[in-house]
Amino acid sequence: MKSFGGKVLFLNRSDINTDEIIPAKYLTEVKKEALGPHMLEDLKLDGFDPQSDRTAAASVIVTRQNFGCGSSREHAPWALEVNGITVVIAENYARIFRQNMFNCGMLAIELDAAAIDSLFSLADADVKCAVDIDKKELTFTSPAGNQTISFSVAPFDEALVRAGGWVEYADNNL
Amino acid sequence: MGKTLVQKIFDSHLKTEPFEGTKVLNLDVVMCHEITTPIAIADLEWRGKDRVFDPTKIKAVIDHVTPSKDTKSAVQAKILREWARRHDIKDFFDIGQNGVCHAIFPEKGFIRPGYTIIMGDSHTCTHGAFGAFAAGVGTTDLEVGILKGVCAFRQPETIRVNISGSRSKGVFAKDIILEVIRQLTVNGATDRVIEFRGEVIDAMTMEERMTVTNMAIEAGGTSGICMPDEVTLDYLWPFIAEEYNNDRSAALNAFKAWWSDKDAEYAQVLDIDITNLEPVTTVGFKPDQVKKLSEVSGTRVDQVYIGSCTNGRISDLREAAAMAKGHRLADTVRGIVAPATTEIYRQAMNEGLLDTLMEAGFCITNATCGACLGMSNGVLAPDEVCASTTNRNFNGRMGKGGTVHLMSPAAAVAAGIKGELCDPRSLMK
Ligand code: SF4
Repeated sequence: MKSFGGKVLFLNRSDINTDEIIPAKYLTEVKKEALGPHMLEDLKLDGFDPQSDRTAAASVIVTRQNFGCGSSREHAPWALEVNGITVVIAENYARIFRQNMFNCGMLAIELDAAAIDSLFSLADADVKCAVDIDKKELTFTSPAGNQTISFSVAPFDEALVRAGGWVEYADNNL
Repeated sequence: MGKTLVQKIFDSHLKTEPFEGTKVLNLDVVMCHEITTPIAIADLEWRGKDRVFDPTKIKAVIDHVTPSKDTKSAVQAKILREWARRHDIKDFFDIGQNGVCHAIFPEKGFIRPGYTIIMGDSHTCTHGAFGAFAAGVGTTDLEVGILKGVCAFRQPETIRVNISGSRSKGVFAKDIILEVIRQLTVNGATDRVIEFRGEVIDAMTMEERMTVTNMAIEAGGTSGICMPDEVTLDYLWPFIAEEYNNDRSAALNAFKAWWSDKDAEYAQVLDIDITNLEPVTTVGFKPDQVKKLSEVSGTRVDQVYIGSCTNGRISDLREAAAMAKGHRLADTVRGIVAPATTEIYRQAMNEGLLDTLMEAGFCITNATCGACLGMSNGVLAPDEVCASTTNRNFNGRMGKGGTVHLMSPAAAVAAGIKGELCDPRSLMK
């Protein structure tokens, strides 16, 4: 199983598509590592800098609705993974992106709109998120105080995360 | 309680249900292209599992960047080509006979009603036009599909969209699907299948239905689907006549067995009357931002692109040529036509369509995805605008800083002639 948790990057927009997460011109790469420098390069979001220290330090993304819509490219979760981001927290996801995350043994966590709103109220400060998979709890620590939120994950998706991904799971179980 | 077409396919293809709500389905077809498959191949090799579940059920094409543009794309093509040879995958299409995946695979007769199909490509939903469950997946799902012939899905609910009314002049399948996406929004169909029904769909050709199902993903849909009928049968007949001993009614009955039952349950039913629909396009960077062309006419256009898995088929080229005939592109506009497959290219050539389009000033490229995703040719410069028959207007999709307006082939050609977005009816004879 991968390790989860760390500094949070807030992306305050809905419908962030996979072309924005990793543009098509990099899809000729056959090594995941080569995607790293281009993560979120085309993201349309005021004030966001893909090259900032905050982006570089992130291990968790918190965002709004329909994250990862558009192209099926698994290069999107890979670009996150090679930058150390293995958890995304959003109101909901595009189906293919969500499955790609779990298939890679990563976490795509869904929280309701009120919980996401409360997280965005912390957004200006340095926020860290710890993930407890057994208890299904997220703990956010920030100068403004701490917050613990429970989450759920479909049993199949949890099995994929614990197995380290779909290839391992399918190979052992099917 | 009756079942929807998709429920019937899930029931008939269920291999196992490892957890409640997760269905592992047996696959009839696994499709591959050179962008998302090479990493799956490399990973299988690395795991010492360089195998395929059934070479006759795997179809592969080099389509996104072809001919290769640089060393990296050449390596991707080489990996796919050598893999197809090594595993005796006979249905592999390379330069000289290739074309955009979602156009060439139907053209070769690989799709059947009731099939389960995956591909590492979001527009795999196109094949739902034949009454199949066809879904785009990522590289890992593709990898397991190649190795084991299975894929896991949460069973999707179905949205039924009934389309009625009469089409006015200048309104094409593209305008209709853009109107559906406008109403559903970009994630209105997430984790759901869109079932396209009603008299307007019944009257559509297979090519038009593919334009419609192609864009189901733009509303977030797992797939788009049509009931397989006589139109489907006519299209497939050359490939299946033998299977059915030349008995058309037997084939049609088999098709109809897949139809959603009358008392099937839907998550949502949406009725759309298109009688007053006008030619439309998208604005901004999301495909649900749809406006009447008459409302945005006057917007400058630098490039016109006719092609892609949405609108690069022969009927699209006929519509484009009909609009172009007797006109020239404005001096400020570059026009690009990419027939969706090599066969379509030849047919368009034989029908004189390419000649008409070239007279009007268009450049014709080989069959490839081309400008659709800005990976090889037809890339826009910052601040440039393209009137395009493709399916995505995402920020940067056709080149960083560029803007794409999605529309029908006739509307795109009209924009090219005027040098600005316009209502195509103003130029129709
Ligand atoms: S034509 Fe465009 S949308 Fe269709 S498969 Fe190619 S890149 Fe994807």
